Amino acid sequence: MSTEIVSSEKEIQNTDPRIKLIAAKMKKENYKADALIEILHTAQNAYGYLPMNILKFITKELKLPPSRVYSTVSFYHFFSLKSKGEHTCLVCTGTACYVKGALGLLDEIEHKFSLKPGQVSADNKLGVQVARCIGACGLAPAVVLDDEVHGKLTNEMITDSINAKIK
Amino acid sequence: MNRNDLKVISEKAKEKHKKYKHKICVCCGAGCISSGSEGVLLKLQKEIVERGLQNEVEVIPTGCMGPCNQGPLVKYLPENTIYQKVDCENISQIVQSQIVEKKPIEDLLLFSDFHPKPFINAHDDPFFKKQLKIALKDCGDINPEEVEDYLAYDGYLALGKVLFQMSPEDVIAEIKHSRLRGRGGAGFPTGLKWETVYKYVSEEKYVICNGDEGDPGAFMDRSVLEGNPHRVIEGMAIAGYAVGANKGFAYIRGEYPLAIKRFEQAIKQAKKNGLLGNKILGSEFSFDIEVRIGAGAFVCGEETALIASIEGKRGTPKPRPPFPAESGLRGKPTLINNVETFASIVPILNNGGEWYSEIGTPKSAGTKVFALAGKINYSGLIEVPMGTSLREIVFELGGGIQGGGEFKAAQTGGPSGGCIPAKHLDVKMDYESLMSLGSIMGSGGLIVMDEKSDMVDVARYFMEFCMDESCGKCVPCRVGTKMMHDLLQKIYDGKGTSIDLERLEELAIYVKETSLCGLGASAPNPLQSTLRHFREEYESKIEQDID
Repeated sequence: MSTEIVSSEKEIQNTDPRIKLIAAKMKKENYKADALIEILHTAQNAYGYLPMNILKFITKELKLPPSRVYSTVSFYHFFSLKSKGEHTCLVCTGTACYVKGALGLLDEIEHKFSLKPGQVSADNKLGVQVARCIGACGLAPAVVLDDEVHGKLTNEMITDSINAKIK
Repeated sequence: MNRNDLKVISEKAKEKHKKYKHKICVCCGAGCISSGSEGVLLKLQKEIVERGLQNEVEVIPTGCMGPCNQGPLVKYLPENTIYQKVDCENISQIVQSQIVEKKPIEDLLLFSDFHPKPFINAHDDPFFKKQLKIALKDCGDINPEEVEDYLAYDGYLALGKVLFQMSPEDVIAEIKHSRLRGRGGAGFPTGLKWETVYKYVSEEKYVICNGDEGDPGAFMDRSVLEGNPHRVIEGMAIAGYAVGANKGFAYIRGEYPLAIKRFEQAIKQAKKNGLLGNKILGSEFSFDIEVRIGAGAFVCGEETALIASIEGKRGTPKPRPPFPAESGLRGKPTLINNVETFASIVPILNNGGEWYSEIGTPKSAGTKVFALAGKINYSGLIEVPMGTSLREIVFELGGGIQGGGEFKAAQTGGPSGGCIPAKHLDVKMDYESLMSLGSIMGSGGLIVMDEKSDMVDVARYFMEFCMDESCGKCVPCRVGTKMMHDLLQKIYDGKGTSIDLERLEELAIYVKETSLCGLGASAPNPLQSTLRHFREEYESKIEQDID
């Protein structure tokens, strides 16, 4: 995998404001390896995921071995190496949501949108993921649609809420 | 700001609040926000201005008030009347009736959909009556985004007292005297931990606040960080002074964007006011806090893994000893405490260790915050004295089982904990009693299950969690959780045999005894506790197969 990062052909455009954001973050953190996770957060917020050429850029700037960056990225659930879709539906499967029907919501999503957790629709409009617990247990079952928490959902409500987002 | 300025500012802030006759608090915890409370807040502020009541009534956003599934919540002070499920349509009616006509609206009162006669003063409701708020004190009454609000509630006075009137030894003695134990789950005596870090001589030491609340079904730390971030900052600064550290890190879950935002904002305000940074309050003590955002790995709740994550690495645990108190972040002595532990420091120093030690049970002093969820009528956040029985929590505070179902089990401690069956409903909630039943106190998640819950499925669910979250460093955990999960799945699918059950029990012991860190060592707990209390459910699934 490390060779893939190093030999990534796609050069990054320095004019891209997102690159500037990442560069500024690295500068702020004094290019310390300590801040790698913080920098990856910034990059993922900017792109929605972590493209290989961006990882290569970070690797070079922080003077780290590619294996160090890749092993960190692959360890944490938050970081994704592929696009999560324009809109994301994050279904909480924490204990409270599980007890109150989170799996039913996932079945419904699979039935209506033909997407399983981890999949993105062919048009890149919608991505479905699961979360361990979003801490909104009082509102179980809950999902996070883009950045909004929707609670006490029924199967019907989830379809309507997703449709409202992607249309 | 020096110490005298602090007193002046705090008095000024108090005066400012006194000028209002009433205060309306709109819960803006993550739960209520998702039910639309921010819209309610704006509408309410507008309505007050339009009616020309702005000099009489102040309207503020606050942190979590507790009954999360009844949100959005609006609290009217000093009467302490709480309205539930408020939407923008109700606001005009509430202002007219409550403020102008001084007549509460019964149909909108908290829990009016459960009680025939809801309470006008919410404190009279069983949900609040048995609670004792220490860690959560002021959460739900103050605006977490304004440092002045915290100061008006005597914020940072404990830090002032510590810096000018107490030596680090005094502070540690007071914490030891309080008998406070770590609220992250393991229950290690906090004072002893502080003393250990204090005794190691080093130029550099660190204080870490563990806000990586990974247990599914737990949201205590989120609510404290969102509702009263300055309390945690003050607690961390006091800890820094006591152990001799000048740098702190708050490691907060990435899943909690609001908590991160409010905590970062609070740090900025504290720095601006000389409550953090160089020479705090004009003393010789300097302390700074940086936020580190978690990236979604349950194992990072383990202290050595958390330290690796702060260093920007994979969050894999290390063998202990050396303990972080000796060699932690960057190899320096490091104090790690949980959010709720830090939130309990200020009240202990304000009221004395003696006061705190008299609350709770002989071995578990003080109070504990629980996140109630699952098949329970009132889910939300509560804080009760240690030793309160599970029955009281579920049937009095929690209002019983949802839909009139039957209580089957309460799950405490998340994937490291266990299930407590109905016959043990009278168990006192403290560290030792829960452990004797094969569960743990854990960080405070309490999930209630009714007769529809399949306990084999519950065990399978938690084992799947541990299997996914195992960092992979040590074999017993990496392979053992996978093997236990597959056996549980087999039994759940009705294909298991009695030999599978025996192997499960055997494996559970191996994994527990030989895993490197707490994740593996406690992963068998849900399995073992369900086997202990609900063995017949496992056996019935096996028998079906033989027939």
